[in-house]
Amino acid sequence: MTDATLLTKPAHELAAMLRAGEITSEELTRAHLEQIEALNPTLNAFLAVDADGALATARAIDARRAAGEELGPLAGVPIAVKDNFCTRDLPTTCGSRMLEGWVPPYDATIITRLRDAGLVILGKTNMDEFAMGSSTETSAFGPTRNPWDIDRIPGGSGGGSSAAVAGFLAPLAVGSDTGGSIRQPGAVTGTVGVKPTYGGVSRFGVVAMASSLDQPGPVARTVLDAALLHEVMAGHDPRDSTSIDRPVPALADAARLRDVRGMRVGVVKELGGEGYDVAVEARFLEAVELLKEAGAEVIEVSCPHFTYALSAYYLIHPAEVSSNLARFDAMRYGMRCGDDGTNGAEAVTSITRGEGFGREVKRRLIIGTHALSSGYHDQYYGSAQKVRTLVARDFDAAFELCDVLVSPTTPTVAFKLGERMNDPLAMYKADLCTIPSNLAGNASASFPVGVSDEGLPIGLQVMAPPLADDRLYRIGGWLEAVLEETWGGPLLQQMKPLPETKAVFA
Amino acid sequence: MALTADDVARLAGLARLHLTEAECAELAPELDIILSSVDQVAAVARDDIPMMTHALPLTNVMRDDVVTPSLTPEQALSGAPATEDGRFRVPQILGEDA
Repeated sequence: MTDATLLTKPAHELAAMLRAGEITSEELTRAHLEQIEALNPTLNAFLAVDADGALATARAIDARRAAGEELGPLAGVPIAVKDNFCTRDLPTTCGSRMLEGWVPPYDATIITRLRDAGLVILGKTNMDEFAMGSSTETSAFGPTRNPWDIDRIPGGSGGGSSAAVAGFLAPLAVGSDTGGSIRQPGAVTGTVGVKPTYGGVSRFGVVAMASSLDQPGPVARTVLDAALLHEVMAGHDPRDSTSIDRPVPALADAARLRDVRGMRVGVVKELGGEGYDVAVEARFLEAVELLKEAGAEVIEVSCPHFTYALSAYYLIHPAEVSSNLARFDAMRYGMRCGDDGTNGAEAVTSITRGEGFGREVKRRLIIGTHALSSGYHDQYYGSAQKVRTLVARDFDAAFELCDVLVSPTTPTVAFKLGERMNDPLAMYKADLCTIPSNLAGNASASFPVGVSDEGLPIGLQVMAPPLADDRLYRIGGWLEAVLEETWGGPLLQQMKPLPETKAVFA
Repeated sequence: MALTADDVARLAGLARLHLTEAECAELAPELDIILSSVDQVAAVARDDIPMMTHALPLTNVMRDDVVTPSLTPEQALSGAPATEDGRFRVPQILGEDA
């Protein structure tokens, strides 16, 4: 009989139990596969589950450990992978009909690093189609549901990963963040999500959406778990031309430090007020108050151009999308329609894209094509790139005064499924606070800071200068320790368990 | 300037994206709302502000010109919708009036 409390334990505790020989990776993997079997029909967090492959990997790790081999700090711990990371043994669909059933012939660099570190890949998680969305509702394979309330969204685009981790289907996951796709799902599911410094984690083999904004990162239930996973993922990759060739800061050490005395914390004036839930602002301000009490120096800063960041993003992003998604031409991989001998190659490409892409992808392809077309290029794309400069300058000025900046991660708690599907602008506003860091490329993270009156989780965003990712973990690790003391345990313990769950807190 | 269904159809042609007439008609007002909202970027984009194309200063990355392992032809073709004689099979690339 497997210990049901294994499912709720943090990854670093599970890793210690594996090292001490108290549990095997096979037992741990089996427990997670059973939880997936019980809850995935409700949550739709996984698009593909690799039970046989995961168990085989787990047994291999157990055998290596038994033979006395020195293994990595997370060896034997199961992990879920967002479906835009290429995996040579599992389909990689990006939540799109266009790639349904496609099995890539190679692994993303991050997948290779996970395998080398002995992590056990459970399967691939649901996402908005090609990561375009903030709710996981644009997936061609149905929405993912939030384990806190299955009528609500788990965030997006990485809602499959956030729901898997929050629902105890996996202790860890990897995601990708282009405008908030790791941090916003983290905030609305009460989990930890980190967008590393742009270039800090390799993009090789991650299906490109907006190349100048995309950044893979860790998804976890605790700050230390995220730091340990981030350390596995990070570091220079010669196959990504934008990969940073510099040492990665000591992230796990920062998570364990539990001291924020003397840190200068800037509260961004522009990220609050109208449009923000009362509870979101209340939990945010309470956390800021705690930082003050602990000896951090809290000051208000102004980043006036953040107001324009959302608009700039929704021009730059579709422009890059319209270029990147040109690869889906029905010739080399994926779907092909209309190849009946009467249509030429160009018509086949066009028909296939019309059939294979969903509504949101089509919207962005048209916007991007418009923004780049002659006569409109300067007005739209050129202006947006200038705003990007202004946002980066705002960050530079703020980081002259502060070590980190803080804000709510997202203006509201998880909204109901369907609520914003016919209102693209309302959907886009979910990423209001997270987008500036994608435009400027600096490191940023979301940490849980409590729940609203109706019991839905709320996140606090920490933003650090490029390459100072360790500061995120220093704030996060301290905040988690202090808050869990007042809550009497992790925030996820406050979630009403789903009827079918096998997860139990010790 | 409002985006019309005809504009959407023209842009869809440039994007090699087949849209039905109904889709063009539905998308036009939706995209118009989005475009008029993001148009505010022009208000702050003064002439003296440089454009930022990337988050980090980029330099061209080169590697030594040596052969490294890569995909086999079978692997490269493994996901193709159609293959023939170890190659990608594509529909005719020249139109009848070409």
